[in-house]
Amino acid sequence: MTSPHPLGVREATASRQGSDPDASPARSSVVVEARKLSLVYPTADKPVTALSEVDLTIARGDFVSLIGPSGCGKTTLLRVIADLERPTSGRIAIEGMTPEQARLKRLYGYVFQAPALYPWRTVERNVMLPLEIMGIGRAERQARAREQLERVGLSGFERKFPWQLSGGMQQRVSIARALALQPDLLLMDEPFGALDEITRDHLNLHLTQLWRATGKTCVFVTHSIAEAVFLSTRIVVMSPRPGRILDVIDCDTLPRERKLDIRESPEFAAIAHRVREGLKEGHSYDD
Amino acid sequence: MSDMTTNSHRTSLRNAADWMLVAIALPALAAFMLPLGARDGAPVGWLGGTMAPLFLSGVLLTVVAGRAAPKRVWGAWVELAGVALAWLLPLYLMKEGLDLSAGWGLWLFLVAATLLLWRVMGVLSGVPGWTRAVIVPGLFGLGLLVGWEVLVRGFQVPAILLPPPSRIASALAANAPVLWDDFRQTVLTSVLRGYVMGCGAGFLVAILADRVPFLARGLLPLGNLASAIPVVGIAPIMVMWFGFDWQSKAAVIVVMTFFPMLINTLAGLGNSERIQLDLMRSYAAGYGRTLVKLRLPNALPFLFNGLKINSTLALIGAIVAEFFGTPVVGMGFRISTEVARMNLDIVWATIAVAALTGSGLYGGLALLERVTTAWHPSMRRR
Repeated sequence: MTSPHPLGVREATASRQGSDPDASPARSSVVVEARKLSLVYPTADKPVTALSEVDLTIARGDFVSLIGPSGCGKTTLLRVIADLERPTSGRIAIEGMTPEQARLKRLYGYVFQAPALYPWRTVERNVMLPLEIMGIGRAERQARAREQLERVGLSGFERKFPWQLSGGMQQRVSIARALALQPDLLLMDEPFGALDEITRDHLNLHLTQLWRATGKTCVFVTHSIAEAVFLSTRIVVMSPRPGRILDVIDCDTLPRERKLDIRESPEFAAIAHRVREGLKEGHSYDD
Repeated sequence: MSDMTTNSHRTSLRNAADWMLVAIALPALAAFMLPLGARDGAPVGWLGGTMAPLFLSGVLLTVVAGRAAPKRVWGAWVELAGVALAWLLPLYLMKEGLDLSAGWGLWLFLVAATLLLWRVMGVLSGVPGWTRAVIVPGLFGLGLLVGWEVLVRGFQVPAILLPPPSRIASALAANAPVLWDDFRQTVLTSVLRGYVMGCGAGFLVAILADRVPFLARGLLPLGNLASAIPVVGIAPIMVMWFGFDWQSKAAVIVVMTFFPMLINTLAGLGNSERIQLDLMRSYAAGYGRTLVKLRLPNALPFLFNGLKINSTLALIGAIVAEFFGTPVVGMGFRISTEVARMNLDIVWATIAVAALTGSGLYGGLALLERVTTAWHPSMRRR
């Protein structure tokens, strides 16, 4: 079956979600919970506080954007969730586990700022990489890779090498690679930051459709207000030095199904205004 | 501008051709006033009873035909025939018994022929595919050999100083069994074993040193030290330690190749980007999987760099080490004994074998690199 959309929307539920309720009877609706989370980098002159006393709860099925100017710790927070950084104090739980346990159980898929594709692998073999590491058999690896490539609209590009693709297509491959793991939690660190605005709009539209179709929990780092409001159910506004949370905005005035034209609606403008005010509040002229 | 790109041969040559032909014609015209050579001390001119006018008219014919050819590339091939004819002239004259050392007319004529070759090569190197990749460098090499042959024989350079290539080739053919035995001893036995041991050890120790940081810290300064050790110093010691046969040569090669491989492998292992490593970490991939799936593929260009450097080092090491003791066979042994006996033809033949072997090893590795790292930006052809 072919879909008209490049990110073929398929009304299939995520395969792991709810497939065996007996395994985790007390499966809570909270996916990420952080309490008084701090992270201090030791540097040569004085320690840098990347995160300061961050409290955050992310519910299942939410699309949460972390927004703020550079240096506000939004990427650091995402990396702490992914166990790519260790917090210096505070508590954080992913599905009730430590981030390390969650990482070792491969509970999340991570999309980086750059596609980070391996140039010696074809597109398809790049998507198969995490499955190879998980020890999944060859036939299933290929089937899953093809399925995810079709989902991001890259059927027919399996045998190409990454450098033969445009930047936007490369980033779509990296999203397919994260989806191939079939994680419930998708962590994305400014995945479209390096792309032009037209491509970015396009990919945002498909990302929101993908999110609705799969019901995954998404945490999305961005510094674009429009992008954050368009995609999110909740927006976390952060400020730098030290990195902390200023405001958490619920976007329940916007419909769950998003089309590009909602950006002209007054509800959209109201939320964008609140985000902008929040960012202004955190801005100081002393730096 | 677009005309240039669509038809670069024609446009660029139409501009260049006339000036180039004038430059070629000037020495050629001057050449006709001067003698071709001397017979029994008396100068012989262009019309001195030889077949030189025949060669001359042949060359002129090709130049005219080359100009008239509908395509520049065809013209270039015709002119190439003229160049070949021009360079055959001195060989013919020497066969006729002329002394060419004072034949300035001939030498000027050959200068003009070389300029014509320059022009031909300029056109041919613009033709993509086999012509540019194989024929142009092949013609260049052939030109050097013919130039060497004609100059050495024409000016009667003593063979003890520099024999002509034909003489080296006949020495090669005459001594083929001996040279083959030397090749087998030096290359197939000492070099291959020493190379595999040295590169293998360098690679394995690099993997270990990457895992154990103090090893890398301690070994890298030693690498600088080792690269400064002269082969002529280490070779006699290795001969004392390991005896006359291949073991001492292999030991010298191991000493020479170990550190280049170690340093290149370490640099290659450190070549993975942070983001790629984070990706592997996010997949909960351990050390081994990260090494195999990410870090070694990323290190391949560095590994090949080390292997290529070492292929020439190993050959040099083995040949020099054989100067200090060997069973009575081997390329180094051959060079040292035949120099002492003033048998320089065999020395040159051995040098030719060594040069061909070295380029063969290097070329083979470069080809393998091309196949295995076709993805790397330096190798990509879209």
